[in-house]
Amino acid sequence: MSEAWLVIAALAVATIALKAAGPAMVGNREPSPRVLAVTGLLAPALLAGLVVYETLGAADGPGIELDARLGGLAAAVGALVLRLPMLAVVAVAAVATAVLRLLS
Amino acid sequence: MTVTTVQVRARSPIADGVRAGLPLALPNIALGISFGVLAAPVMGAGAAIAMSVVVCSGGAQFAAVSVLAAGGGALPAIAAGMLVNARWVAMGFAVGPYLPGSLRARVLQAQAIVDASFVIASRDDGSFDRGLLIGATLPQVSSWMAGTVVGVLAGPVLGDPDALGLDAIFVAFYLALLWEEVRRRGAYAAALGGGAIALVLLPVAPVGIPVVAAAAAALIGLRRA
Repeated sequence: MSEAWLVIAALAVATIALKAAGPAMVGNREPSPRVLAVTGLLAPALLAGLVVYETLGAADGPGIELDARLGGLAAAVGALVLRLPMLAVVAVAAVATAVLRLLS
Repeated sequence: MTVTTVQVRARSPIADGVRAGLPLALPNIALGISFGVLAAPVMGAGAAIAMSVVVCSGGAQFAAVSVLAAGGGALPAIAAGMLVNARWVAMGFAVGPYLPGSLRARVLQAQAIVDASFVIASRDDGSFDRGLLIGATLPQVSSWMAGTVVGVLAGPVLGDPDALGLDAIFVAFYLALLWEEVRRRGAYAAALGGGAIALVLLPVAPVGIPVVAAAAAALIGLRRA
C-alpha cells in the first residue's frame, strides 16, 4: 500500500524539520531572562494541553468525546495522590478504563 | 581505568538522562504495542514498524493512522501528523540555545526532543540540560520501537487495544509528568491556562492545534520576568 509509505516518508522528514527548526534558527546565545521566564513554563503548559487532548480528543477531526478515558484520568489522579510510581499510575489508568468499557 | 574516570562516567548527564528515562520504558512499550496492533491492519506489518523507526512519534503516528483507517487519504494523514508534532517547534526554540556545535550537530541533537525528555531536561530557571534530554530519549525511543514490533506480531491475539484501556496510557503518562512539573513556581497557572486553551479549541480546531496553542499559556511567565 503506497499511500502508507508516502505518509511515513513525509512524516519522517517533517518531524526532523519540526524538531530542527528552533535549534537551527536561535543559535547558542544565552536567552534573555524574559525568554527564560517563558521557556521554563512551556513544559507544564504543553503537558496540560496534551492531557486534555488525550482525554477528550475525538479520534477523527475536531470534537470532544466523553468516554471511559475520563475514568482512566480519575484513576491516574488517585494513583498520583497515593504517590505511586509512573508505571503503577499508567497501569491503574489502563485497568480502570478497560473495566469501565467492559461494564458499559 | 582509574577510580576518577568511573566517577566521571557515573555522573555524566547522558547516563543520568538514561536513568531518568528508564521508568518510562514500560509505558512506552505498552503504547508501542497499541500502535502496532492498530496500525498493522491499516498499513501492513512492515510499514507499521518502519513508521515507528523513522517517524518515532507516538501522537503523530496515532493521528496519521486514524486518518488512514477512516479512509481520509495520504495528505490529510500527513497534515494531521505534522500538526500533532507542531508543538516540537516550540520545544525546539526553548532547547536550541543549549545544543552546542555546528548547525548540523545542533539539528542532530534536536532529534532527541520528545515530550518526556523535554520535561526531564527542563530546569527551574528556564534553561535545559542537553545531556538529560538525549539520555532520557534513548530508553523511550527503543521501547517505543520494540513495543510496535510486539504489537504488530501479537495483534491478532490481543484484539482491540482500546478494550485493554491502552489508549488511557497517554492520559496517565502526560498527567504523571505534569504532576511533577506543577511544583515549579508559576507552573500551576501555566498548566491551568494550557489546559483551558486546549479545552476551548478541541471542538473547533483541527487535531494538534489545541496542543500547540496551549504553549501560549507559558507567556504568563512574562508577568514576573
